Amino acid sequence: MTTVTKDLAAWGSTVDVLWVLFDRVLNVSPETVRDPKRDRFLLSDGHESMPYYAVLAAKGFLDPDELGDRTSVRSRLGPHPDRTRVPGAEISTGSPGHGLALALGTVFGLRAQRITRPKVMVLIGDAELDEGSNAEAIALAGRLAMDQLTAVVIDSASATHGWPGGIERRFAVECWATRVVDGHDHEALYDAFTAPHPAQPLCVVAVVEPARR
Amino acid sequence: MRATFLSTMDEALAADPRLVLVLADIPAESVAHARRRYPGRVLDVGNREQALIGVAGGLALAGLRPVAHALAPFLVERPYEQIKLDLTHQGVGAVLVSSGASYDLPGRTHQSPADVALLDTVPGWTVHVPGHPGEARRLLLESLPGDSAVYVRLSDQTNARPHLGAGFQLLREGRRGVVLAVGPVLDRVLAATGDLDVTLLYANTIRPFDAKGLRAAIGDVADVVLVEPYLAGTSAHQVAQALADVPHRLRSLGVRRDAEVRVYGNPADHDAVHGLDLPSLQAAISDFCGN
Repeated sequence: MTTVTKDLAAWGSTVDVLWVLFDRVLNVSPETVRDPKRDRFLLSDGHESMPYYAVLAAKGFLDPDELGDRTSVRSRLGPHPDRTRVPGAEISTGSPGHGLALALGTVFGLRAQRITRPKVMVLIGDAELDEGSNAEAIALAGRLAMDQLTAVVIDSASATHGWPGGIERRFAVECWATRVVDGHDHEALYDAFTAPHPAQPLCVVAVVEPARR
Repeated sequence: MRATFLSTMDEALAADPRLVLVLADIPAESVAHARRRYPGRVLDVGNREQALIGVAGGLALAGLRPVAHALAPFLVERPYEQIKLDLTHQGVGAVLVSSGASYDLPGRTHQSPADVALLDTVPGWTVHVPGHPGEARRLLLESLPGDSAVYVRLSDQTNARPHLGAGFQLLREGRRGVVLAVGPVLDRVLAATGDLDVTLLYANTIRPFDAKGLRAAIGDVADVVLVEPYLAGTSAHQVAQALADVPHRLRSLGVRRDAEVRVYGNPADHDAVHGLDLPSLQAAISDFCGN
């Protein structure tokens, strides 16, 4: 499967997760996008840019008219988001496996400034989880009890060698709180994102239909 | 130089609340005091070098000033993509401070002669190669304010005295070419060129490259010898660009690129392997400059 068709196959699967986050969970808006105390959403899986741009447009960060022109030379909306060009995008991604460590650094940075309430939420794909950089970050966040951090893993059964026994186990063994929910059930997603997880980072595995491979 | 770096960080952490020191399992007893006083601003990620740079990127995104420190191969080569993407592509900076340089330690795995060449492939990095602990302290203190991307390459190899000027520093004037010595190779280059009628420039900041300083030093004979303590020719393209409109010759001395060097021994042994020992430098420079 080419990158483009992989993107296409994935577009439909994360829009519910993104919508619940931006509509009901994240305390961030176009007006507060530079507020040090805003919640942060980091799209580690840059392939999910299309539903992300759509949600950013629905929430006023982008003009909906921009979406049709995506990836043209005139557009600021690339195949993967560039934070220096896309209003509301916290990080620039595309290469898999970079968002979680950036999220850890953000939490360290907030902690150092004694900003302890805002959430830092990072969305990762189940195939992206193959990257070893995630293993480094999962262990570190767990040992350091980063309760400001939430990793949302979209499980579309797209990892080449799978995650036998469940993705959540890889997080649980490193002392994360874990929840597995239907990635299209808005109430279940909301409950998973908002139930307390004191002194532990949270991993929410959002199960969606298998990607065509 | 490493002890100077850590003691300077100990002071700087007290003075600047934006600073965060991030370590990857490298001994740092001398910051124990700062670690106790500012536990949230002295972090150790363990043997996780991708996380080391990723965390530095996240800290910068949160408005802090990260200083990341590890041995050069584990700071630059292993997490090269994190430097490219988690710092430069995010549009944020950091101060990366390495130790070990090209071959302070025996064994290929712990040697990093390619670090400066690698950073040269990512835009916007300032690269300091101090040749003395006094230079290291000064260059570090200059790098800590602001948000720019800075690499400080520390080594156990040092010159007898510091040179604290900026840009390419003119140490000697001659008529038969220009020799540019970078960082810790200076004392050997001074000795190797003592009897030669050449101009000697010294740099402890090699990026940005002081093209103006090089051009000003060129006399009637545009022969240039680069002596760099990392991969030979790392700055050759900079010399070519600086002298694009001047017919010139260039000899690049540094760590050899043509062999996988498997000998152990001390740094002096490696200097000999790479032609950076005094007799080799004398022969190469006098041969090229026609003395």
